[in-house]
Formats: sequence, structure tokens, C-alpha cells
Amino acid sequence: MGNVLAFCEFADGALKASALSNLTFARQAAAAHGGEVIVLLVGNGAAAAGPAAAKYAPKVVTVESGELADYLAETYAPIVARLAGEHGATVVTATATSVGKDLMPRVAALLDAGQASDISKLESATSFVRPILAGNAYSTVEISTPTICVTVRQSEFAQAEPLAAAGSVAAADAGPIDAKGAKIDRIESQKSDRPELTSAKVVVSGGRGMQTSENFKKLEELADLLGAAMGASRAATDAGLVPADWQVGQTGKIVAPNLYFAIAISGAIQHLAGMKGSKTIVAINKDPEAPIFQVADYGVVTTWEKALPELIEEIKKVKAAR
Amino acid sequence: MKILVPIKRVPDPELKVKLKDGAIDLSGASWVVNTFDEYAVETALRLRENGETNATHGEVVVVTIGPEDAAQQLRSALAMGADRAIRIDAEDKAIDARIVAAALAKVIEDEKPDLVVMGKQAVDGDANQVGQVLAGKLGWPQATFAATVELAADQKSLTVGREVDAGVEYKTVALPAVLTVDLRVVAPTSVKNNVTPASFAYGTGEGGPRYASLKGIMAAKKKPMDQKKLGDYVPDATLSVKELGVHLPPPRPPGQKVADIATLVQKLVDEAKAL
Repeated sequence: MGNVLAFCEFADGALKASALSNLTFARQAAAAHGGEVIVLLVGNGAAAAGPAAAKYAPKVVTVESGELADYLAETYAPIVARLAGEHGATVVTATATSVGKDLMPRVAALLDAGQASDISKLESATSFVRPILAGNAYSTVEISTPTICVTVRQSEFAQAEPLAAAGSVAAADAGPIDAKGAKIDRIESQKSDRPELTSAKVVVSGGRGMQTSENFKKLEELADLLGAAMGASRAATDAGLVPADWQVGQTGKIVAPNLYFAIAISGAIQHLAGMKGSKTIVAINKDPEAPIFQVADYGVVTTWEKALPELIEEIKKVKAAR
Repeated sequence: MKILVPIKRVPDPELKVKLKDGAIDLSGASWVVNTFDEYAVETALRLRENGETNATHGEVVVVTIGPEDAAQQLRSALAMGADRAIRIDAEDKAIDARIVAAALAKVIEDEKPDLVVMGKQAVDGDANQVGQVLAGKLGWPQATFAATVELAADQKSLTVGREVDAGVEYKTVALPAVLTVDLRVVAPTSVKNNVTPASFAYGTGEGGPRYASLKGIMAAKKKPMDQKKLGDYVPDATLSVKELGVHLPPPRPPGQKVADIATLVQKLVDEAKAL
């Protein structure tokens, strides 16, 4: 018997899409453990996001402090661990975003808990299915510690719907804060109006074959037409053609949109690991032997220079006819 | 400066995955140093040398918790330039992140390194836990998914560029600390130590970990390698995470090659209903 403490990321007074996937899993885990879901919000704006979060869980706990303005595993982990104990949590969960991946194992260390990382399915109260070997196999793992830590693969859990009645919100004390000699200097990110890669319904992804950053802008035209997020292979990001956070792959972002365009991407195992969960995969590559064609539902052997303008034209025609 | 680099041996990631009796069939597998741990060794070597003159200072110690054959992977790291190796004997099935972190914590108690650098995840298990668990247990700061590393002039802190979902986060951690590294840390100018001239570049293009020279391979045979028992490091090696079984994902139905873009779009609309 135990509750599920769901660490949720938020922005602008609302839960992030990634947190809604966490909640779908949290509800399953709560049912399996005979307890309830408690959402935990930590950091600046936690209290303001409380009411929005309360639409999704019976209880929300918020922790705010000037010293928690920057996310740091060193300051956040002790809070998560302490509140897990205070709220009788037998499962502590977060989405496997860069925050969740950085934070949860440190929480597990503080709780002396075993962790199942990046899971795709809850099998039972104590066992979980998770991808291994770049998603080429799935492992069922059992955690035998009294408390279980979990990170969930966002693309495997649909976004939770709001509950019929809103839950309660309560503030909790941050307690003593010790950053252990860590601090954030700055974050460099590019603002974009596009949907987030990990929750987008359509992704347009380019590879090394695009050759220049200028050429990637032409792909962006396609993305804008479809309301899609932009992705890239590791080779393209390594070559500096696009920002690193566009990388889709085993160690980049894992995505599973309805529609994934792989353009001038050869299809290395590590890239496939990041996108083969997509519902429909389209590959455009001038090399008929490119491995990407083995996972593509539709493949066109041609150069992106020839294909792209035509693709944009044809899609515009379809949209105009609607 | 003393740097400890934990490494893991993994089956060659390019091999096709085969199952036998609900587990991965490793008979006939070739073993390599985990890709990210190779990058960790490279990072440690760059931190403790002058890249231009090849003069070295400090010590790089590699450690693995693995079976007898894992000594081969330790030798690879020694051949790259690490000074000393430690193997704590354990079968892969008998260890999990908690046990590995506990063993490393004991090694750290003995060795007192200024920095621990490891890969961010093992490419077989993909769990991405050990570095963070270790830092939590030690109460040390952690800098995970490092793409750039800069050692301060006074050698007392590191500023790490971390690849996060939103872009790159620059985090400074006081030493001793745990660093886990990502792919781009071995790019030509990703590691700066205030010893190697700032304009120096390791290789061109995407860079990469150094190849062991023949001299390095010969020297590795003579470098010290200690063999230790797990029980001396982790008195209670009860597993918290057990693998119950492995299965393959359902195969994707075969795709089709389409002759032209117009047909592609028509199929996306009518067949796949994706547009």
C-alpha cells in the first residue's frame, strides 16, 4: 500500500506536456499500489502552477524558495526524497526529460531505492518494461526495494486527461538547502514557436545529407506548413548544421509522432532508436540501400533537392482542397 | 590532479540483437569499452595533459566492476594513456546501479580522486543512473550529459556545458565532483584545462577519442592492474533491480518504396491518413 509522488515540470502556470505523460503512468502505479497520486512542483512559480496541476491529481504539493530558482539535482533531490517519505510514497516518478534523467537517480540514492529508467510499460506494482540496446530489445525489470524510483519514456504514455474534480494544493517547506558547490551560470537556448520535439504530432527531421544550415531552412518551410517540430540526426548536429537539441536518437530525444519525415538521413541504429516508435515514417534518400528504408512505411529514392519543393507543393494542394 | 574513470564493457553495439531463452544471446559476442566511457577516458586524458606538448601531470585511474575478460577493456583504456587499472570481480548479472555505485564509493574512499568521469549511459542497458546515484551517495555535485568541460585556473572547479532538452546549460561544480559525458565532449575544442593552449584543437571535424598507438599498447601490458573481490567493496550485494526477461519489439510491417512525391502524398492522405 502506498502513494505515488509524481515530480512534474511546469512553465507559465501550467504543467508541461511531458508531465502529463508522467501522470498517466502515475495513475497506473497508484492503482497498482492502492494509493493516490501526489503531484510535486518545485521551483519558481510552483505555487502559481498549483491550481492548474490540481486538475490532474487529488493532491498537489508545491515548494518554492529563492534558492530553488534554478533547477539543480543537488538541491531538488533532497526535497523530492524527503517529501516521498512524508507522503508515504512507495513510487516516485518523473518523465525522462533531461531534468528527470538528471534528478531521479540522485533521489533513488537518497532513498536507497532501485530505479527503472525510461520505462515503456507498467507490468505490475514492482515490475516494468523498458527499452535496452538502443530500443532493439525490451527488458522486464523487477525492483525489490520498499520504494521504487521510475522515469517514464514520454512517447510511450499518452497525456493524462483532467479529473472530474480538482484536487487540493498545499505548500511545503523547502527545508535546509545545500547546493553542494554547484551553480548554474547560464542556459543557452533558442526560442521557437514550433511544438516541442517530444510532444509534436509531426516531425520533420534532416540528416547530414542536407549539407548546410541554409538547406535546413528549406526543411523548416515544410515543418511550418505542417505545424511540425524540427529534428535532426546526430551527424547533422555534430556537423554544426543545427542546434544539438534537435538531435533525435538513442542519446538525443526519443520521439513517436504520428508522422515522421526522415530526409537525407541514412538511418544509423542510434537514430532509429529515437524514432522507430513513430506511427508513419517517410524516408527520402538518394541511396536505395540506406538502412532508413528498412523502417520506413513509405520510401522515396531521390535527392532532397528534387523531393522537397515537390513535397511542399503537393501538401499545399491537399490543404487548399480541404 | 587525480581522475577516476569507471568504465563498463558492453557487447559490440553494431551486432544484431539475438534472443535465446528469453535473454540476450551473448555467445559469440565481441566486447568493447562502452562508447561513452571511451569518451570519458579521453576527457580525463585531455584534462591532465598539455595537448600540444604531450606533457602529462596527475594520474588517471580506470576501474571496472566486471568479469575476468573485462580486463581487456581496462587494457584498452591503459593503452589510450590511463596510468593504472582496478578490476573488481563481478558477473554482469550480479550487479545493478546501487551495487556499482557502492563499489565505486569505496574505491573513491581509498583513491581520493579530485574528479570522477564516466559515460552518461551504457549503450546496452541505457539506464543512465550510475553517475547520479554515485554523486547522491557521496553528497558530491554532479554534472551530467557534458558536451564541454572547462577546468578553472585554480583547478578547484569545472564549468560544464550540459546538453539539456532546451539547449545547453552551463553548470559550475566545485571539485571533487562526478561528471558524466555525452557524445560531443570529444569534439576538437570541447575540453579546456588551462594548460593546453586555448587555440589547440584535438583533431578536426567531430574529433573523437584517441587511438591507442602501438607504443601505448605495449606500455599498457606493464601498467598496474589490481584484481579485487566485490565482497571487499560491497558487503551487501543484494540486487535491487533484477531482469525478469527480455523480448523483441513487434516488427514493423514492411514498408513500400514509392515512385514519386505525388504518389507519396496521396498515400499519406488516403492510406496512412497521416496528413
